[in-house]
Amino acid sequence: MRKIIALLVVFIAISCSQEKQSISKIEGKRININDSLTANQEIEDFIKPFRERIEEDMNKVLSYAPKDMHKNDGELETTIGNLMADLVKSQSEPVYKKRTGKSIDICLLNHGGIRAPIPAGPIKTRTAFNVMPFENSIVVAELTAENVHNMVAYLAKAKRAHPISGLTVKLDKDLKVTEALVNGKPIEDGKTYTVVTSDYLQNGGDRMNFLKNPETLEVLDYKIRNAMIDYFKTVDTIPAQLDGRFIQQ
Amino acid sequence: MKRRDFIQNSLATSAFVTLGGLSLQSFTANTAKKHITILHTNDVHSHIDPFGANHPRNPNQGGAARRASLIANIRKENPNTLLLDAGDIFQGTPYFNYYGGELEFKLMSMMKYDLATIGNHDFDNGIDGLFAQLPNANFEFVSANYDFKNTVLDTHVKPYKIFVKDGIKIGIFGLGVKLGGLVDKRMYKETVYNDPIESAQDISRILKEEEKCDLVICLSHIGYNYKRNPERPSDLKLARATKDIDLIIGGHTHTFLQKPTIEKNSKGESVLVNQVGAYGVYVGRVDFYFDDEKNVIANGKSIIV
Repeated sequence: MRKIIALLVVFIAISCSQEKQSISKIEGKRININDSLTANQEIEDFIKPFRERIEEDMNKVLSYAPKDMHKNDGELETTIGNLMADLVKSQSEPVYKKRTGKSIDICLLNHGGIRAPIPAGPIKTRTAFNVMPFENSIVVAELTAENVHNMVAYLAKAKRAHPISGLTVKLDKDLKVTEALVNGKPIEDGKTYTVVTSDYLQNGGDRMNFLKNPETLEVLDYKIRNAMIDYFKTVDTIPAQLDGRFIQQ
Repeated sequence: MKRRDFIQNSLATSAFVTLGGLSLQSFTANTAKKHITILHTNDVHSHIDPFGANHPRNPNQGGAARRASLIANIRKENPNTLLLDAGDIFQGTPYFNYYGGELEFKLMSMMKYDLATIGNHDFDNGIDGLFAQLPNANFEFVSANYDFKNTVLDTHVKPYKIFVKDGIKIGIFGLGVKLGGLVDKRMYKETVYNDPIESAQDISRILKEEEKCDLVICLSHIGYNYKRNPERPSDLKLARATKDIDLIIGGHTHTFLQKPTIEKNSKGESVLVNQVGAYGVYVGRVDFYFDDEKNVIANGKSIIV
């Protein structure tokens, strides 16, 4: 009997030591990161030079805005929208021309893509990050005349101040297109037109389907935000104007 | 019944007789409960500094340096801790625009992150941009449903990784969201997206049955739940459609769960699904306690959330 008990003790010891482990209890929660936690000094010191370098750059004054510019300061065109479309077109033109030998006819951006106003006064690098926080990149799509008509129809139907440049559109009181000119001339059947836009829109963003299957597509590897920064560096005071490029009469 | 079978089988062998060195003391030591702590973040989006005091939603919250303190404290309390991230480490502050993810990876390495999966925004500087930052990460990336064979990430991202902590075998695999329509093809290049649920069924079986993991965790960037698009793969769908996962750590949808969701898997067993919103405002903590399987069978498993 004693022998059996001894054997059992040994047995239990072995069987327990080899027993498969299984989950007996789970506790789950979330922990808020707030100022009740002391900042780790080593991490803080490591971040500091990165932060200071960014701050210095962000606060650099690049240009000057004569007045507040925001995306609702006009009906179908806005001061900030006109600025954006004009600068994307002018900054992209030399890059595109050098690569393809062609010129850019039209710029089309989207109203929703303008994420912040430009306040009157000094324009800093930070301004470009606020207006354009996304990594949207510039592409040039060559469209058939038919698709340029589709673009004009889209703009008329959307009734939003999508930024345009190189294109003028007039609508009547029923939002019917009465005039659509590319660089002052009517759209010619059989001709193609080059449209500079963002990769986001060209890929079907905002349902601009007329951009989806262009005749040719050139990816400029040039971010819209960088185009803004480059442009601001070249002008003393930015234009802030409505010029009737997209109106309802 | 099972236990009696086991006794009989054991008595039939002769090996145990020779193992006389084991004492009652070692018996006690072996049954001391093992404890694994899992800490996790998701969608931190380059938020290295805390939000300002005037931020409308998260005033004075977040911040990498504070997170590092919390993690160090928990590690001191339990050295058997794993720190994980469910993707979208990149994009959201100028730190990313200026340094391309260098600082994010370096800080995560200093905090001793153990593993991460890849979110759609981690492709924002292209797959080459992500690849270029890998030397700054002292931790690895896992993805079971992205096939990187024809990309620069080939061999750099494995489907899963196994950790052993205090004798507990922990298998962790990654899942990524569908890239088409979300990320420009020019960014993700030849990365192939495979069905995440099928990949999870496959890998979780390997981890449980072949690798014999005690704990299986999925690091997912497929999103918590799509109410308006119930067919779309999500963490809740994944939990219901698999049978070998213990914990799903999610991301992508920036879902601020107040506590982990308990979902039933295809065998009717409980699976925890957790996601801690975004921007490093929260860290998720899940503690697993282990016991001998027979005790768990006898006493059951408790889940406290």
